[in-house]
Amino acid sequence: MKTKRGERLAAIAPFLWLGVFFLFPFALVLKLSFSDQALAMPPYAPQIDWSAGLAGIRAFMSALDLETYARLKSDDLYLVAYLSSLRFAAIGTLLCLLVGYPIALGMARCAPNTRNILLLAVILPFWTSFLIRVYAWIAILKPEGLLNMGLEAIGLPGLSVLNTQAAVYVGLIYCYLPFMVLPIYAVLEKQDHSLLEAAADLGSPPWKSFWQVTVPLSLPGVTAGALLCFIPMVGEFVVPDLLGGVQTLMIGKTIWTEFFANRDWPSASAVAVVLLLTLVIPIVLYQRQQAKALEAGR
Amino acid sequence: MRKGPTPFNIAAITAGLVFLYLPIAALVLYSFNASRLVTVWGGFSTRWYESLFANEALMGAAWVTVRVGLISATAATILGTLAAVALARGGRFGGRTLFSGLVYAPMVMPEVILGLSLLLLFVALRIDRGFWTVVIAHSTCTLAYVAVVVHARLVTFDRSLEEAAQDLGCPPIRTFLTVTLPNIAPAVAAGWMLAFTLSLDDLVVASFASGPGATTLPMRIYSQVRLGVSPEINAASTLLIAAVATAVLIYAIVGKWRRVKELRSEAGAGRRAAA
Repeated sequence: MKTKRGERLAAIAPFLWLGVFFLFPFALVLKLSFSDQALAMPPYAPQIDWSAGLAGIRAFMSALDLETYARLKSDDLYLVAYLSSLRFAAIGTLLCLLVGYPIALGMARCAPNTRNILLLAVILPFWTSFLIRVYAWIAILKPEGLLNMGLEAIGLPGLSVLNTQAAVYVGLIYCYLPFMVLPIYAVLEKQDHSLLEAAADLGSPPWKSFWQVTVPLSLPGVTAGALLCFIPMVGEFVVPDLLGGVQTLMIGKTIWTEFFANRDWPSASAVAVVLLLTLVIPIVLYQRQQAKALEAGR
Repeated sequence: MRKGPTPFNIAAITAGLVFLYLPIAALVLYSFNASRLVTVWGGFSTRWYESLFANEALMGAAWVTVRVGLISATAATILGTLAAVALARGGRFGGRTLFSGLVYAPMVMPEVILGLSLLLLFVALRIDRGFWTVVIAHSTCTLAYVAVVVHARLVTFDRSLEEAAQDLGCPPIRTFLTVTLPNIAPAVAAGWMLAFTLSLDDLVVASFASGPGATTLPMRIYSQVRLGVSPEINAASTLLIAAVATAVLIYAIVGKWRRVKELRSEAGAGRRAAA
């Protein structure tokens, strides 16, 4: 057995980088969430008084408190924003599944050459800018936009979709659809077709084989896709901000507003900490599933 | 017998593709509209492209974005490849779980939190926010994607080649440079491309990490879009979409061409062996 010292040394640079630029900043968010807002730059208190030595640190520690969290709990606005983020993400994920599954299924049933072209066609929009894709929908959904032009042309009354929840769902489905289609397709593509033939030979009608064979076997892809959509949707900022208008409350937007508009850094940090705690369970689930898939792939 | 797609499958695919491409097609079409209004087709015109190129704020932002992308993608590729090598080849070392968690966590972390935490770091260290803080932020966020792509390639690649080189006395660093690296090069290149496009695309993290004088293109586009639809932004988007589409197509064609070449050389070797 060879020693793996060289390979392990490769970990040092990324480890240090992530320690300084990912882990440590995260500790700062946690610390700040226990601080108070102040009219200063940076706009929070307390600051560590390094010149006072140990006493300065002690004074700093004693000034930290849970006040910001208490305020989060007492202010309905935050709770409403959390719940509505979770609802948007859950329904958005479900809609992505409903739209994405038939596409993935159709792709998997095509001939290999067609499949590769379709795969490229599904991935291509994902490579273009997220912001631009959301922006494209503004021109379609706004009152004098393309959707209403089309409706008018066939004699139907116009709809006002922009700045409503419906617009947020359309944007979420549009932006996250590839994340749902690709994992499901990857599982369906590998599925053994003879299983369906066996079911048919035994007299099962196609819809029944679909529910009893295809769907259960594709569940790992569905879970992966659902988590890949749900996790980022909860913290989404661009879609609700551009398509949802002022009434749409989502937590990513709340952090942004607290930070940039209200300059309340401790509240923004506390909201971020709670958001992350909400996401711990789906994130851990996702990582465990990935680890399992990796082991199975070897 | 393998069942082909049913009419339902074909309908689902068609509807899906229309849904995916219709908004983009409309965006591109209206970038050539002479009228400022979306609802009025005022004839074909390239006037928005002209005014785009004359718009120094947008062009300056585009240049900042490209530079940030080039530097941060390169940094992310180096760090991500190192991380992938350690994870795929390092065996079980102390802190491996912490390390792999650290590497992959930025991928699932909401962007607002990443941006916020980096901003707090820069404030705490009294670093003036600007070009380089955006570079650092993007390198941190995209490193994980490079690591995933390169790691996937490393675990499928036959490691006995590396072991043979080392048995023959090749020092580890040279083995890496002459055996491992050429073999994982396509994955490293794909990782770089992914990091680069993610950096070009990012609005949220850049908004937190950036300061005066370092406005990226997405930040500029965002502030204009909030004021409403503007044909100039349509023109800029069309150019970006064209650039990305060209890059992806070239990548796909080169990949296909390389596979064909490999097949041919294998077939040629087979013929020679038979003769």
